[in-house]
Amino acid sequence: MAFLSVRQVTKRFGDVPAVDAVDLEVPRGAFFALLGPSGCGKTTLLRMIAGFAQPDGGTLFIDGANMNGVPAHRRPTNMVFQSYAIFPHLNVFDNVAYGLRKERLGKQALRARVEAMLATVRLEGLESRRADELSGGQRQRVALARALAKQPKILLLDEPLGALDKRLREAMQVELRALQRTLGITFLLVTHDQEEALSMADQVAVMSGGRILQIASPRELYERPVCREVADFIGQINFFHATVKHIADDTVTANAGVLGIVTLPRASFGFPFAVGDHVLLALRPERITLQRGSVAGQITAASFLGERSHYQVKIAGRSEPVFVASSGAAPQGPVLLGWAPDALIALPFTA
Amino acid sequence: MAEGGNRAGYLLLAPTLAVMALALAAPLGLLALYSLTATTGPVLEGGATYSQYADVLGRAGYRALFWRSLGISALVTAVTVALAYPMAYFVAFQAGRWKFAWLIALTIPFWTSYLLRVFAWKIILGYGGVINSALLSLHLVSQPVGALLYNPFSVVVTLTHAWAAFAILPIYVSLEKIDRALLEAATDLGDGPVRRFLRITLPLSMPGVIGAAILIFVPTTGDYVTPTLVGGPQGSMIANVIAMQFERIGNWPLGAALALASMAAVGVTAALFVAAARAATQAIK
Amino acid sequence: MKSLRAYALAYLAFLYLPVLFLPLFSFNNSRFIAFPFTGFTTRWYSTLFADDAMLHALGNSLEVGAVTALLSTLLGLLAAKAVTQYRLRGTGALLGFVSLPLFIPDIVLGIALLLLLGAIGFPLSLAGVALGHASLCVPFALTVLIARFEGFDRNLEEASADLGEGAWMTFWRVTFPLVLPGIAASLLLTFITSFDEFLLAYFLSGTEATLPVYIWGQLRFPDRLPMVLALGALILVASVALVVLAEWARNLGVAPGKKSIGA
Repeated sequence: MAFLSVRQVTKRFGDVPAVDAVDLEVPRGAFFALLGPSGCGKTTLLRMIAGFAQPDGGTLFIDGANMNGVPAHRRPTNMVFQSYAIFPHLNVFDNVAYGLRKERLGKQALRARVEAMLATVRLEGLESRRADELSGGQRQRVALARALAKQPKILLLDEPLGALDKRLREAMQVELRALQRTLGITFLLVTHDQEEALSMADQVAVMSGGRILQIASPRELYERPVCREVADFIGQINFFHATVKHIADDTVTANAGVLGIVTLPRASFGFPFAVGDHVLLALRPERITLQRGSVAGQITAASFLGERSHYQVKIAGRSEPVFVASSGAAPQGPVLLGWAPDALIALPFTA
Repeated sequence: MAEGGNRAGYLLLAPTLAVMALALAAPLGLLALYSLTATTGPVLEGGATYSQYADVLGRAGYRALFWRSLGISALVTAVTVALAYPMAYFVAFQAGRWKFAWLIALTIPFWTSYLLRVFAWKIILGYGGVINSALLSLHLVSQPVGALLYNPFSVVVTLTHAWAAFAILPIYVSLEKIDRALLEAATDLGDGPVRRFLRITLPLSMPGVIGAAILIFVPTTGDYVTPTLVGGPQGSMIANVIAMQFERIGNWPLGAALALASMAAVGVTAALFVAAARAATQAIK
Repeated sequence: MKSLRAYALAYLAFLYLPVLFLPLFSFNNSRFIAFPFTGFTTRWYSTLFADDAMLHALGNSLEVGAVTALLSTLLGLLAAKAVTQYRLRGTGALLGFVSLPLFIPDIVLGIALLLLLGAIGFPLSLAGVALGHASLCVPFALTVLIARFEGFDRNLEEASADLGEGAWMTFWRVTFPLVLPGIAASLLLTFITSFDEFLLAYFLSGTEATLPVYIWGQLRFPDRLPMVLALGALILVASVALVVLAEWARNLGVAPGKKSIGA
């Protein structure tokens, strides 16, 4: 059994299932992310793992123990709350030490543990500061130190970086990743920010409407999404409708309308398909070239973003522009869109 | 809109300040003046003297009166706050959709006539009153219970009832302000409901509790109506003696000195209490 | 935490029951305010309305109440606007000073005002009572009105100016209508406070009694007590009605999360 095992867990609010028979296996020591838009059920699932809500159906196991009916304060999990929830009437030291008071560690040991935690999150020397004297980033570290102080089996993080500004957020992403690697504790992160999930996690579960759409490594999610929703949610992408024309041993030919007749590897199809099927073909902006290609188009908008530029290209037969990203100077005049056959992502089409 | 600068603001404030200066500051100033005057009558003449205060602080009778008033007031405060806390807790955490309705229901008694409320207790606790007649009718006693009225007990009960609505509001407000995420964090870190209440809810609601305590303690010590109607000679408090100076005896400076001395005593006690409560709260981890 | 519902209901009963004895026994056909009931009657009410002294005192109370309500609400309005819409120095100290009457025992306030009136040679009368009551009520008015002003979006006045209205018209068309419920609530609450106030009236009223002073005078006579009960019952009903009205007015147009009750 995996370290965290979620089996057919369901939670309903009224008639609506916020979490719908979800299965999830998180290995020990992994940095796992639950990713999805607001309302997809990821926070509800997290709270059920933490023990703040009880499932209406299914079971939850942590390290082999059944968690059903176990109240939050007795679970081997600790949470970093979205608002950090730093106790305003206690200073930093007492906040971090809060969960340790019951463990009767003895004054020396307690102090040592707290100071070690503060050092881990790089907040040494701030023990006697009060909550309102801390910056947002410092509060976040206190929340982290406090949760880690109890050496939980799983650390739960509820949108921990949302309140930070961009620069700080990126720095914290790197730090959290490094911290997790050093400590070896299983981290479970909930976020709606796909950049965050992809940059920090080993494995990501994409959720929508209470269900899990796909669980995979960040790279695989990006390169091999299994459905339109996942593809759309992760990064930017262009969709084209196509009909399968011919299936050979290792290639497939399709009529992709505005893109013309295209070929792509058969291995790109991760689902059952047959000739005549209506499918979606997707192309990431950075996999499209502007110089040597087969589809003519005109650049209608361009934004310079530093390392690369983003273009919107109007092509015949399609009202929506094609999004292209490339480095190098902006071409003048008309362009020719091209791509490698294995850049095409094949997705099932559902009406 | 503050274009006219702050001058317009001060102008707006002027009438109110003027009236309050007339109705509040001037009278209190006069009170202080009188308390230091040498006369024994209503007219302000004669030299300045501390003799009134010496009288007040020196006489055992007055000291006993002060202690009794402070004691009764402290008891009323303690009982009222202790009873009000669970009520406020209920409204803040357990009332759900009915919160507003509960608050209205609890506030209405606060606005009814204080005099009438004390009068109600007088008829309830009296020798031939509601409780006694009920007990007699039910044959639970053969004779009316005389000890219900005209003693410190009746004063405490009446005042506790009078303040019951007052006390809830400050406590409720501070309970309501507690970020629910803090309670979840405490649970997450291993606290069961009782520990969580003692370590998080209680300390964070202390400002409200202290506020309620001061709100009750300060005016109660100088209350006149309750000791007069239901206190009898055993339950008399400072206000009775002060009123006597102005109504019958006519020694206004002494009355003034008593009034100010009592305010000072109350102020000191209140300050000590607040300091002690704060220190105790700091010690909770 | 187990439900405290039973405790809460018991508490509510404790709050209301003693007071409910007043109307209860006011219909009892007996001079003694005691169990058991001897019969239903409304005669105490009819004797009440035949009592000229009572009616006179009632008139006095209404007069004083009205004056107090208007005066304290007006003063509270000006001060609330000043404090919330301008950044003035010493606001905290100011509010503390104005709130003093809430923390001073009313006997102290009463005798202090007595001294003042004596010192300036002003005879004891209802005017003195109104002054004392105003001093007592201004903090209440301030609390209600500051809350109302603080919930007020400053952009609205700026928008009005932007659309061409001068200061006075902006006040009349935008500020005043929005603050009106707060004004109504303040008027009602200060009126009730003045109407029910006993001690200051007792010390300052001279020969003209207000209703509470009248009641106090009747308390010495045991056979007048049932009538006092009837009067008390009526006053209670009126107070409750006014308070409910005031709290409703106070929260008109306020978002559900921001409703406030009590002072």
